[in-house]
Amino acid sequence: MDLKEKLLSSFLAFEQKVDINAALHDVRTDALKVFENKGFPTKKEEAWKYTSLNAVLANDFNILPKNESDVEWKDVQKYFLNDVDTYKVVFINGVFSSHLSSTTHDGLDVCLMSSALTKPKYKMVIDTYFNQVANKEDSLTNLNTAYAFEGAYINIPKSTVVQKPIEILYFTTGTSSNFVQPRNLVIVGENAHVQIIERHQSLTDTAMFTNSVTEIYAAKRAIVDYYKLQNDLLTTNLVDNTYIEQKQESRVSVHTFSFGGNITRNNLNFYQKGERIDSTLKGITIIGEKQHVDHYTLVNHEEPNCESHQNYKGIYDERSTGVFNGKIYVNKIAQKTDAFQQNNNILLTDKATLNTKPQLEIFADDVKCSHGCTIGQLDESAMFYMQQRGIPKKEAKALLMYAFTDEVISSVAIPDLQLKLQKLISMKLGVNIGFDI
Amino acid sequence: MECQISNIFNFKLKEMLVIKNLHASVEDKEILKGINLEVKAGEVHAIMGPNGAGKSTLSSVIAGNENFEVTEGEIVLEGEDLGDLAPEERAHKGIFMSFQYPVEIPGVSVTNFIKTAINETRKANGQEEMPANEMLKLIKEKSELLEIDRKFLSRSLNEGFSGGEKKRNEIFQMAMLDPKVAILDETDSGLDIDALRIVANGVNKLKNENNAVIVITHYQRLLDYIVPDFVHVLHDGKIVKTGGKELALELEEKGYDWVK
Repeated sequence: MDLKEKLLSSFLAFEQKVDINAALHDVRTDALKVFENKGFPTKKEEAWKYTSLNAVLANDFNILPKNESDVEWKDVQKYFLNDVDTYKVVFINGVFSSHLSSTTHDGLDVCLMSSALTKPKYKMVIDTYFNQVANKEDSLTNLNTAYAFEGAYINIPKSTVVQKPIEILYFTTGTSSNFVQPRNLVIVGENAHVQIIERHQSLTDTAMFTNSVTEIYAAKRAIVDYYKLQNDLLTTNLVDNTYIEQKQESRVSVHTFSFGGNITRNNLNFYQKGERIDSTLKGITIIGEKQHVDHYTLVNHEEPNCESHQNYKGIYDERSTGVFNGKIYVNKIAQKTDAFQQNNNILLTDKATLNTKPQLEIFADDVKCSHGCTIGQLDESAMFYMQQRGIPKKEAKALLMYAFTDEVISSVAIPDLQLKLQKLISMKLGVNIGFDI
Repeated sequence: MECQISNIFNFKLKEMLVIKNLHASVEDKEILKGINLEVKAGEVHAIMGPNGAGKSTLSSVIAGNENFEVTEGEIVLEGEDLGDLAPEERAHKGIFMSFQYPVEIPGVSVTNFIKTAINETRKANGQEEMPANEMLKLIKEKSELLEIDRKFLSRSLNEGFSGGEKKRNEIFQMAMLDPKVAILDETDSGLDIDALRIVANGVNKLKNENNAVIVITHYQRLLDYIVPDFVHVLHDGKIVKTGGKELALELEEKGYDWVK
């Protein structure tokens, strides 16, 4: 039985644990139908031209994995930003881990999707927000919706400035291959401010597949800084679908750091529903071996006087492959839009490849849209300059790559995370650069 | 008596850099066609010549730029053939080259860059890293020598620097690294008279009986400030004339056609 058939037939088993009389159940069954019709995306679809899931789908995945193993704090501590100074929502094989988590209901909700989906007190919020901004046509998003059950539920009331970052951690583990589908919902009220870090991490080297959906709603003048840290093992595969709806004067930024995994696909979608909105999409990809990272972004400028800033940097070593597809849509009434998109890449070998494609659809006539992409090798004259000053080739190379990623790293607003990223990058580049950067 | 003997011994100038019959090409085109040059400790040599004579190639080849192929001859530093040494290994042994066009490195401050350069050099020479307080003292001393503002040191290396700032930063790095042989490649280009004076003044203060300076320049101007002991004229990949400092003035007056 292939994975699609298995997903369709396992739905009956899934229904055993949810309330099939709830309105939500209709949403689930409708979503499953879309997936049934469309199936998994293939390279025949324009949006998936450069990313094939075929080899991944051939694995025999557990659809409804259980948390059978005990994961101790000391084993996973290194994946967290901080011991105490963050809220934590932690899942192991899709199941909530209370002893690793640090949730709250004190002035804000940082808790579980499963509670939000079932408890009456959340019903109004769920009816208003759940599956609203998510794409109703996208096959994998629908598959996630059909099985939506667990994930992080974050609700920040208006005018609340959350004092510490929220970490969402998804661990997979065990000897069998797991297919997990986390579902996150983030609602940020007027004038509220929150910082969130999301990470998926496998603890064993069996094949894993994560199909994640996150919906983020930023109300008037809300500020959301969202960081995705993708540094997973080579046996893991991730399709990350993130949908963001912004109201007037809100500022949302998403930084995606892709350093690991086998296949990683990021579908990042911004919908601007108001004026003077600011959307930021930044990313650094550093991969090697036969790793593959695909960034598929959409910024939907629907109203006037809004801005978007995209800046993606990639360093590709060995036989790795990268994709950047950035779509900017400017609605007819979205005058004075200022949309910026930049994608710079360094290929370290002849075998590494990159496909980059800006896609601009502009229907307003008074807008500022700029885009640019570069693919190059390391600057030889810069290498010679540093070597002349006594810096060996390997370190010089690393220093140049540091310099290349600096623009994105320096815009990370959490100092501890910035430091962690710099360490990760230097590990990734195989050097220990001896200065306090 | 013993003292006298050692004085006599010291008086004999030590050979720093010896270049013998150096031929070098880039993409099979021969640019240097047999250069001979001897530079002793404490000396300042000027290499002058028209555009395309091979001046910048000579400095790149001494520094070990791998874009050039040495087809014949040798470069010897204090008795050691630099032969196949990589640029960083030559730097560790005391070769410094001030670039005509210093490279911009965003995200890496001047201070962090020079710290890395110094500590990599010390590591290569089997020394411990320089203690932080010592480093700070050295930075303070050398930046004052070149009239460099402290704020400047925390800026990204060469990013958005003016022509003068870039050159001053090169000489600052030279001061920090304290090389045996410093090659100044067209250091005067892009400098106004004040910057030129500061740069030249810095070089003069750094010059001593244990190091040597090679000034590569098209114009005589810089040599008013850094006075050479020898002037060599490079033409079509060869040194065609050598003289004292008065040769530079003569060239300025008569032009390069005169020596061809």
